[in-house]
Amino acid sequence: MTEEKEITEDTTPLVIQQLREKFADGLLSDAEVNNGVAVVVNKDNLYAILEYLKTDLAYSMLLDITAVDNSNLEEELMKYDYARFMVVYHLYTFEGETPRIRIKVPVNDKDLIVPSIINLWKGANWLERETYDMFGIQFEGHPNLERILMPNEFEGHPLRKDYPLRGRGERERFNFDKQNA
Amino acid sequence: MGLATDNIISGASTEQSDGNIITTTIDKVVNWGRKNSLWPMPFGTACCAIEMMATLASKYDLSRFGSEAIRFSPRQSDLLIVSGRISIKMMPVLKRIYDQMPDPKWVISMGACASCGGVFDTYTLIQGVDQFLPVDVYIPGCPPRPEDLIDAVMQVQRQIQKGELPKGVEAAP
Repeated sequence: MTEEKEITEDTTPLVIQQLREKFADGLLSDAEVNNGVAVVVNKDNLYAILEYLKTDLAYSMLLDITAVDNSNLEEELMKYDYARFMVVYHLYTFEGETPRIRIKVPVNDKDLIVPSIINLWKGANWLERETYDMFGIQFEGHPNLERILMPNEFEGHPLRKDYPLRGRGERERFNFDKQNA
Repeated sequence: MGLATDNIISGASTEQSDGNIITTTIDKVVNWGRKNSLWPMPFGTACCAIEMMATLASKYDLSRFGSEAIRFSPRQSDLLIVSGRISIKMMPVLKRIYDQMPDPKWVISMGACASCGGVFDTYTLIQGVDQFLPVDVYIPGCPPRPEDLIDAVMQVQRQIQKGELPKGVEAAP
C-alpha cells in the first residue's frame, strides 16, 4: 500500500470561500459537500446572504424552499442550540463550478419567524406558503401567508414529526354544509 | 327474438300475435332504455383515470354499451365514476358533484384508492369514498384494467334492468 499525500490546497468550493470572506459571522458551519454544496447560516444574515448570492454570484434561480424537522435527531439538535427546524433554500446558477447550493437556517421552536425573500424571487411566494402549511414556519413580510395544500380550516402542520401519520381524524370527520358554504 | 328485447318481455304476458307485437310493462321498457344510455360523469384524479380514458377510446370502446356520452357536467349525467385518490380537500367537491346529479344516479368506485384508500393510509386521504357516497359497484385493482371498468358498467346495467334501486335512493329516508 502506498501512502497518499494529503492535498494541502484549500478544496472548499469557491462560493463558500467568497461567502466566508463577506459574512464571517454569518456562517454557522463548514461547507458540506454532498450532492452539491450546503452551508448553515445565521438567521440574521439570511436575507443578505441570499441577496449576495443572487446579485453578485449569479445564483439567479431559486429551486426550492422547504424545511426539516429535527426533533427526533438529538445529534442535529445539539449542533445548533436545539433549534428544532432547519429551513432549506436551494439555489441554482448557470455559471461557475458549483451550480447547486443549499442554504440552511436553524429555526427555534419559540421563534418561528424567518424573513420572506419574495423581494428577491417572486417564485418564493408559493414555496413559503407550502413551508408554512407543512411546518408552521412564519415568513415575515409575506403578502398572503395562507395554507396552500391543506384545506383552510385544517389544524396543525402535518409534516412536523409530532403530527400522527394517519392524522387526527380529519379524514373521517366532515361537515359538508360548513365546507360548501 | 333479438337479444336486446329478451329481457324486457314481461314474464306473465309473453303473448305474441303474428310475431309483431310484444307486451311488457312500462318499468321494464324504461329500465331497458335507461341501462343502454348511461351517461357517465368521470371524476378522474389519478392513474385510474388513465385506464378510464383507455376504456373510452377506440380499442375498448365503452360506447358499445351505450355509455359513450361522457358528460363533464354532473347535471347531465347519471353514472359517477370515481377513479383515483380523493383527498380531504377534494371530498367536499366530489360530494357536491354527486349532489348535483339528477336522480336516479349510480356510483362506481374505481380502483383501490377510491374504494379503501389503497396504499395511502395517511392523514389527508379518504379511506374509501363509500363513507360519504352511496357506492353501487366497486372495482378492485391498482389500477384496474379497462375490462374491469366495462364489467362494472355492465354490472350497473344488470342492476338497472332488474329494477334494483341505486344505493343512493335506498339510503334516502
